[in-house]
Amino acid sequence: MPVDTAVRPVRILVAKVGLDGHDRGVKVVARALRDAGYEVIYTGLRQTPEMVVDAALQEDAQVIGLSIHSGAHMTLFPAVVQELKRRKATDIVVFGGGIIPEDDIVALKKKGVAELFTPGTPLQEIVDWLRKRFPQGGG
Amino acid sequence: MDGESELAARFRAGDIRALARAISLVERRDPSVRALETPPKGGEGSAAVVGFTGAPGTGKSTLVDALVTLLRKQGKSVSVIATDPNSPFTGGAILGDRIRMQRHALDPKVFIRSMGARGHLGGLSLATREAIRLLGAFGFDQVILETVGVGQSELEVAAVADTTVVVMTPNLGDGVQMIKAGILEIADIFVVNKADLDGYQRVAMELRAMLSLNAPGATGAAASKPWKPPIITTVAARQEGIDELWAAIESHRRYLETSGRAQELAAKRLKDETAEVVADLARQQARLALGEDGALTEQLLKDGSPYRAAEEILNRIGSDGRKRGRG
Repeated sequence: MPVDTAVRPVRILVAKVGLDGHDRGVKVVARALRDAGYEVIYTGLRQTPEMVVDAALQEDAQVIGLSIHSGAHMTLFPAVVQELKRRKATDIVVFGGGIIPEDDIVALKKKGVAELFTPGTPLQEIVDWLRKRFPQGGG
Repeated sequence: MDGESELAARFRAGDIRALARAISLVERRDPSVRALETPPKGGEGSAAVVGFTGAPGTGKSTLVDALVTLLRKQGKSVSVIATDPNSPFTGGAILGDRIRMQRHALDPKVFIRSMGARGHLGGLSLATREAIRLLGAFGFDQVILETVGVGQSELEVAAVADTTVVVMTPNLGDGVQMIKAGILEIADIFVVNKADLDGYQRVAMELRAMLSLNAPGATGAAASKPWKPPIITTVAARQEGIDELWAAIESHRRYLETSGRAQELAAKRLKDETAEVVADLARQQARLALGEDGALTEQLLKDGSPYRAAEEILNRIGSDGRKRGRG
């Protein structure tokens, strides 16, 4: 008997890593992703890379979205990517947002962060990027 | 080895990621992991299930967090299924119950899973029962369910959990709310949370008055020994009253076992779920038939009413089932 597998939302874990408490941006992005049909798991502030990856594994998220406004992006983003490697979960896509200089973006992409969005990015651009990346699911 | 059995092997070996993936598959109504829902021979396999329900903002997640803390002190492994609603327009959701449970991050004996209700209306996801069985087979001692923030008629949790805890807070409504039907009737235990706010004594008092009027809800063997739902006051954010809450949950569990109510519930649960599975399969078949079969649709439009087409679809399911039974 055929099975109805039409409902297959992409699950995105969204987190703030490190010590900054600026969560307005991440909440706006979470809302936009919700409106685009994604299931967004929001885990809140002050997460360590280990916590983020552990939660993503429990939640079976295909994507991790990180927001960093503390300036520690060169440490924290690669730490999440490293932790995914350690947990053998490199199929999970990492993207991020924050105040990140152009040179750092290039370096972070080399280190395995799939995409980075800076302040002022239209929300639709983030959604379009995800749709391209996951054409089979989501909104 | 194909994908399925590799997943099964990892699940049996205790890989959290395999458990998480299996839950995603049951969320998609994919039958391929059903074999995992029964524990391997000789193993333990069913976890105790307590469900928390109540209006939005009553502190369900914080209570669950506090209870997990207590159970971890007792050395029990705990899994939580926290449900939030999906948008009926886009299907998207923000699942935010984990925020209140962050202190259990990185504890390997705590597994927290956020679920979107995905349009299912009972306050839980359609996949909750299957997920509970997966968690039991995986070896968790305790499963805690948290429903979406509910109104008055999302009562499914009572059909799924062994013990249902209804969470209230001060200032939610006047005494008339207390005599309405629905959510207040499904409680095995009442919690008046946020008992540091004014008015909590009044809520507890009104609950007590209402309960004193209650006719025994149990039927069959248990009717002679009805359960009286206790009222526990808590300040979950400060871990106050949680020991009393757990004592009440344990006492309810003993009641279920000694009164014979546990077996009644188990039988009823299996029947309910079977009916649901049948309805679900029939719905899928109906959708397929109506989508693919031009002649059937034409007939349906000519009739202007659904009954003849419905009968035709049911007949087809019947003959399909019999064919498969023989094969």
